[in-house]
Amino acid sequence: MKKFRLILNIILILFISISKSYSLVEVDITRGNLNPLPIAVSPLFQDNNSNTFFENELEIKDLGSEISKVIENNLKQSGLFNPLSKDAFLQKPDIAHLKPRFEDWALIKSQALITGKVTAINEKLKVEFRLWDVLAGREMLALAFTTVPSNWRRVGHIITDKVYQRLTGEKGYFDTRIIYVSEEGPKTQRIKKLAIMDQDGFNTKYLTLGNELVLTPRFNPTNQMVTYLSYFRNLPRVYLLDIETGIQEVVGDFPGMTFAPRFSPDGKKIIMSFAKDGNSDIYTMDIENRIVERITNHPSIDTSPSYSPDGKFITFNSDRSGYQQIYVMKSDGSDVKRISFGKGLYGTPVWSPRGDLIAFTKLHKGKFYIGVMRVDGKGERLLTENYYQEAPSWAPNGRVLIFYRETKSNDKGEGFTAKLWSIDLTGYNERMVNTETDASDPSWSSLLSN
Amino acid sequence: MNLSKILKNTFLVILLSMVVSACATKKTATNLDSQIQGDVYTGTDTVEYLAKGVPDRVFFATNETILTTMSRDTLRKQAAWLRENPSVNVVLEGHADERGTREYNLALGERRANAAKDYLMTYGVSADRISVISYGKERPVDSGSNPLSWSKNRRSVTVKAN
Repeated sequence: MKKFRLILNIILILFISISKSYSLVEVDITRGNLNPLPIAVSPLFQDNNSNTFFENELEIKDLGSEISKVIENNLKQSGLFNPLSKDAFLQKPDIAHLKPRFEDWALIKSQALITGKVTAINEKLKVEFRLWDVLAGREMLALAFTTVPSNWRRVGHIITDKVYQRLTGEKGYFDTRIIYVSEEGPKTQRIKKLAIMDQDGFNTKYLTLGNELVLTPRFNPTNQMVTYLSYFRNLPRVYLLDIETGIQEVVGDFPGMTFAPRFSPDGKKIIMSFAKDGNSDIYTMDIENRIVERITNHPSIDTSPSYSPDGKFITFNSDRSGYQQIYVMKSDGSDVKRISFGKGLYGTPVWSPRGDLIAFTKLHKGKFYIGVMRVDGKGERLLTENYYQEAPSWAPNGRVLIFYRETKSNDKGEGFTAKLWSIDLTGYNERMVNTETDASDPSWSSLLSN
Repeated sequence: MNLSKILKNTFLVILLSMVVSACATKKTATNLDSQIQGDVYTGTDTVEYLAKGVPDRVFFATNETILTTMSRDTLRKQAAWLRENPSVNVVLEGHADERGTREYNLALGERRANAAKDYLMTYGVSADRISVISYGKERPVDSGSNPLSWSKNRRSVTVKAN
């Protein structure tokens, strides 16, 4: 029964956040209204031999402790958990992992506990972990992973995903990566590069050198391919990039600009805009057989297309009413319906991977908002208001959005920054995502492992 | 020949006085009215010249692609100059200001550059001499975040391609 209490608590948190969200008519970024679940992440234990091995291999002194920090940081960033300070822990990591003394953990008000053990076996990294229900005094989850030592951060992310899923009933989003555009230099001569990093901002790699302008990278939801816009040789075209091999190729043979690319949910097509003679329409291209299909045919600007997760519908941005609004159509281009009817302009619609919502950017009275609406356009909720922000991208579980935000420059053009931010669907828990440089156009990958 | 020389000289004088007066307004004007009319930039701050008296760019109102009277005048000058210089090809670079979503602005820049292209074609410049590229909001000429800066950035610039 005590186990139920823990689960009930979490259900309660979710319930509160959901019920709050419905009452969010106006933008409200008041935070701290939730009661994140107190959780203790004990440093993962490692024996002396393993310690020496990993110190030589990775130049990391206490790998078990470092992995626990990755988990702790993930849980904290989610806004649903409150990892407790390790200073208060009474029990040693090795003993806790065998059998926690639950009274000790209950004493520091912890409701859940993560323990673990790190071992070097045949030059590989073995990590075992357990999740404990402190109030019920029992184990909830126990798993072990073996991998190459350099993968240690990913192990931390995978453990977080397992814990998150066990405690919330929803898949996690921690073993994921973000592809984005790294930005440097003055506004008038901005240098932009494709960059990729782990969801928590670590392991940044630059995929282009900055010789040509690159924009709007998007992950294939089924593999490690990326599509983006490059101004290579001053011809703005959609490209396909394999991030494992580094091979890039231009998509399709169009006489004009191709832009705003995104993959279909099965990863087999690219949907994008093609601009010619002052008119932009939406097309798809089959990646394998290169067959191009025209989806819209309208003298207005049609852009920013995004498929529903079942592939049956497409949401897109069009100014056919006179101004930028959001539309939904069947994937063959028929049955076009406008769904945004609030005050202001609407852009960048993106269909949630859960299928229930469309996230968007809204411009109204000189302010920019990130919001969500149901797929019929009803139930609009604005999550955050700012001077400039746009381009939301969904976490694979459809609970969190990442987007970019720019600050206002003064008259000399100083003070400009572009940063990535994340916010969860409740409109609470808004956080800046650390990047090495200024950053924009983020796209969240699918879970790397399941 | 003499007549054209005289004309040229007079034109130069007029042009010079225009530049001088433009400088004067820039220095004294504190309100935007002298440089923006109906949301469209009318100043000469960022303007370069393809030839004497032939400005290289036209400006647009927010979210608009309509050519103003002043823009049409500029483009007629460009068309005349291009007809006189048949070996010159041009690229029309369309731009938007920073107050719009990236992808829509790419489309908007393309539409602006094409509005200029269509007008040049109406005045006798053949389509194969003109190519078009949109930079959306990626290449502002003025990096400020204020209505005047934005108005300078909403533009189509005619650039010699050879």
